[in-house]
Amino acid sequence: MKLPKPSRRALSLLAVLIPLLGAFAWLALTSGPLAPVLVTLAEVEQRPIAPALFGVGTVEARYTYRIGPTIAGRVSQVAVQVGDRVNAGQRLGEMDPVDLDERVAAQDAALRRAESGVVAARAQVRDAQARRDFASAQVKRYEQLLVARTASEDTAEAKRQEAQVAEAGVALGLANLESAEQDLGRVRAERAALVRQRDNLRLIAPVAGLVVSRDAEPGSTVVAGQSVVEVVDPASLWVDVRFDQLGAGALRAGLAVRIALRSQPLGMLEGRVERVEPRADAITEELLAKVVFADLPDPLPRLGELAEVTVALAPRPAAPAVPNAALHRRADALGVWVLDDGEPRFVPLTIGARDLDGWVEIRSGLVPGTAVIWHSQAPLSPGRRVKVVEQLPGVAP
Amino acid sequence: MISLAGRDILHGWGKFVFTGIGLGLLIGVTLSMAGIYRGMVDDAEVLLDNSGADLWAVQKDTLGPYAEPSNLADDLYRSLQTLPGVARAANVTYLTMQVRPLADAASVGDAAARERRAMVVGVVPGGFGEPGQPESLVAGRHLTRGHYEAVADISTGFRLGEQLRIRRHAYRVVGLTRRTVSSGGDPMIFIPLKDAQEAQFLKDNDAIVAQRRRSAANPAFNRPGQPQVLDAVLASQTQSNSVNAILVRLTPNADPNRVAADIRRWKHLSVYTRAEMNEILQAKLIATSARQIFMFLVILSVVSAAIVAFIIYTLTLGKIREIAVLKLIGTRNRTIAGMILQQAIGLGLIGFVVGKTVATLWAPVFPKYVLLLPGDAARGFLIVVIICVLASLVAIRAALRVDPAEAIGG
Repeated sequence: MKLPKPSRRALSLLAVLIPLLGAFAWLALTSGPLAPVLVTLAEVEQRPIAPALFGVGTVEARYTYRIGPTIAGRVSQVAVQVGDRVNAGQRLGEMDPVDLDERVAAQDAALRRAESGVVAARAQVRDAQARRDFASAQVKRYEQLLVARTASEDTAEAKRQEAQVAEAGVALGLANLESAEQDLGRVRAERAALVRQRDNLRLIAPVAGLVVSRDAEPGSTVVAGQSVVEVVDPASLWVDVRFDQLGAGALRAGLAVRIALRSQPLGMLEGRVERVEPRADAITEELLAKVVFADLPDPLPRLGELAEVTVALAPRPAAPAVPNAALHRRADALGVWVLDDGEPRFVPLTIGARDLDGWVEIRSGLVPGTAVIWHSQAPLSPGRRVKVVEQLPGVAP
Repeated sequence: MISLAGRDILHGWGKFVFTGIGLGLLIGVTLSMAGIYRGMVDDAEVLLDNSGADLWAVQKDTLGPYAEPSNLADDLYRSLQTLPGVARAANVTYLTMQVRPLADAASVGDAAARERRAMVVGVVPGGFGEPGQPESLVAGRHLTRGHYEAVADISTGFRLGEQLRIRRHAYRVVGLTRRTVSSGGDPMIFIPLKDAQEAQFLKDNDAIVAQRRRSAANPAFNRPGQPQVLDAVLASQTQSNSVNAILVRLTPNADPNRVAADIRRWKHLSVYTRAEMNEILQAKLIATSARQIFMFLVILSVVSAAIVAFIIYTLTLGKIREIAVLKLIGTRNRTIAGMILQQAIGLGLIGFVVGKTVATLWAPVFPKYVLLLPGDAARGFLIVVIICVLASLVAIRAALRVDPAEAIGG
C-alpha cells in the first residue's frame, strides 16, 4: 500500500512539471534565434507588364490674356466680374481719358475750320478763273481791234498783260486750294489719331473667354502693361504635370493618361499627353509635360487645382514577373530568395520594366512557375530556417 | 536508494511548485528588464541596419540626422555619387510626428484614438534596395509612385489600403514592414522624398495665408508699379530643397574611412561611418535612458538574488524539525546536505523555466521592443543556479548545526 501513494503524488507533480517543460521547449523553438523565419511565397508569373508613370501637376490655361492699358493711367470703369463669359470684341472696361475728349472736340473745330478754308479756296479759284476768262476774252477782242487798227498796240499789250496776271491768279488760287485741302487732310488725320487713342483706352476682349481675375477697380492707377482684367480661353485648359525623371524615359506626346483632380479623387478623367517639354527641371529633377483633357469636365477644373496624372505607357509583351517586395539587394546584386530544400538561396536577376502595381519584369535569372519568397518576417540569410505560411502574423486579411 | 530530496518534494509538492512558480515570476521580471534594455540598444541598431547605408553625410558640424537636426541641399547627393568608392547615394529626410488615419465625419473619434507617434521617412521611390528604403516587407509592395503612397511599420496599426494623413495630403498604405523603428522605438512610415520634403518644411494653410498677407503689406516686396515682385517673393517663400542626410552605400571593397575622409575634405560635410554612427546613437542619444534601465536591471538582479536566497533559506528552516529527526535516526550529514542542495537547484530550475516562459509570453505585449537574447537567458540560468547553490550552502550550515534533540524537544 505504500507504492501507489507517492506515485500519485509524483504523477500530479509530473502533471504540473511536464506541461511547463513543454511550454518552455515550445517557446524556445518558436521564438528567438532558433525559431524559423515566417515567409510567404509568390510564383514567378508570366504576365504582361503595363508600365505606367505617375505625376502631379496643376490645372492651367494654355492661353491667358492679361488685358490692361498701354500707357499709365487711371481706371474709370470695369464692366465685367470674375466668372463672366465674354465674347471677342466685348468691352471689358475703360481707362480715364483725362483731356482726350476735349482734344477731340478741338480737333472737330479745327476740322470744320479747315473745311471752310477749302470752300474759301475753291471760291477764290472760281473768282480767279472768271477774271482769267474775262481777260483772255479781252485779249482776243483787242487783237481783232488791233488787226482792224481801231486800237493801239499799247492797249492790246496792256490787255495781254492783264490776261497773264489773271492766269497767275488762277494758279495762285489752285495752289491755295491744294494747301487748304492738305490742311484738311492733316486735321482729319490728327482727329482720327486722337479717336484711335481714345479707343485704345477701352479694354476690349481679344477672344471669347472667361474672366478669371479683376485686378484693378475704377479709380485706381495702373502702369503700362499691368493687367486690369484677366481672361482665359476655357477650351485651352491643360495640366502642367511634373514627372520624376527616374524611369520617365518612355514619356511621349500622344500617350493616353488618366487625370484625378484633387477635388474629385475618385472621378478619373481621360486625357492625353499634349507635349513633353524639351527643357526639364534641373533643380527638382523632374520632367515637365502638358496634358490635355479629352473632354473638358463640367464644371471646369479650377485653375491651379492639383491633379494626379497616371500615364499608361505602351504595354510590353508577356514576360516573367515578380512582385517588387520579393526583390532584395545583396552585395550590390539585385535578386530574389528562392527555397532550395527548405532553405533560402539568393538568385541574382536582371530586371526590366516595372508597373505601378508593383510587378517587375525579369529579363533573366528565373523561369515562370518558380516559387520565390515574397514577404518575410525578418531579413533572410542563406541557410536560415524558414517556414512558409499563407499570411504573416499581424497582417489583417 | 530512495532520493531523500525527491521524497521530501513529493511530500509537499504543492508548496514546492508554487514557491518555484513565484520565484519564476520574479526571474521573469528580471529577464524582461534585461530584454527591455537589449531592445533599446537593438532599436538603435536596426535603425542603422534599415537605413542600408555605409556612410551618413550630414550638415557640417552636426551629429547627423538622428541625434541632431541637419539640413542639406537636395542636389548635393549628385556630387557624392561621382566619388570613387561610392556605389549609391540617396537623399533621406526624417521627421517624427503624430500620424492618424484619414477620417470621414463618422470616424473622427476612431481616427483620433488610432493616432500614433511615428517617424516619417522620405525615401527616393522606385529604385530597389536604394539606401533608406525598407529592406523586407511583411505585406504589400514597395513604393512605385512618386507621390502619395506610404509603407508603414506594422506596429503603427495601419492596414493595407488604408489612407493616412500627413500634413495636407492623404497617403495610401501600400506595404507593411516589421521592426523598422527610430532610435526612440517609434515605428517608421516611409513616404516618397518629395512629399516628405513638403511635409517637413511646409507650413499649414493658415500660416501660409498669413505669411502672404504679411509679404503683401511689406512695401519692399509689394512695390507700386512692379506687381511681379510680390509674386516672385511669394513663390520663393514656398520652396524647399532641403533634406536631412545623404545615405551613401559603398562599393564592395571600398574603405569607408577613406571615402569619408574624401567627403569631409572636398565636400565640406560631416560624415559618419557605421561604427561612428553606432557610437553616436549608443553613447549620446540613448545613453542616459539605457543607463537608467541598466541600473534598474542591476538593482532588480540583486534584489531577485536576495529573495531567491531568502526563500531557499526559509524553506530549509521550515523543515528544521524533520532534519533533526533525520539526524536523530543517524542520517549522514552528506545525505542531508545533498537533499537541501538538490531541492534548491530544483527550485531554481523550475523558477528559471517559469521565468523564461512568462518573459517570452509577455514580451510581445510591451509597447516597445523587448529583445530576449539566448545569451542573456544562459547567463540568467547560470546566475540562478549559483545563487541557489550559495543560498543552500547557508541553509545547509544551519541544518547541520541543528541539535538532534530538537526533534523530540519542544
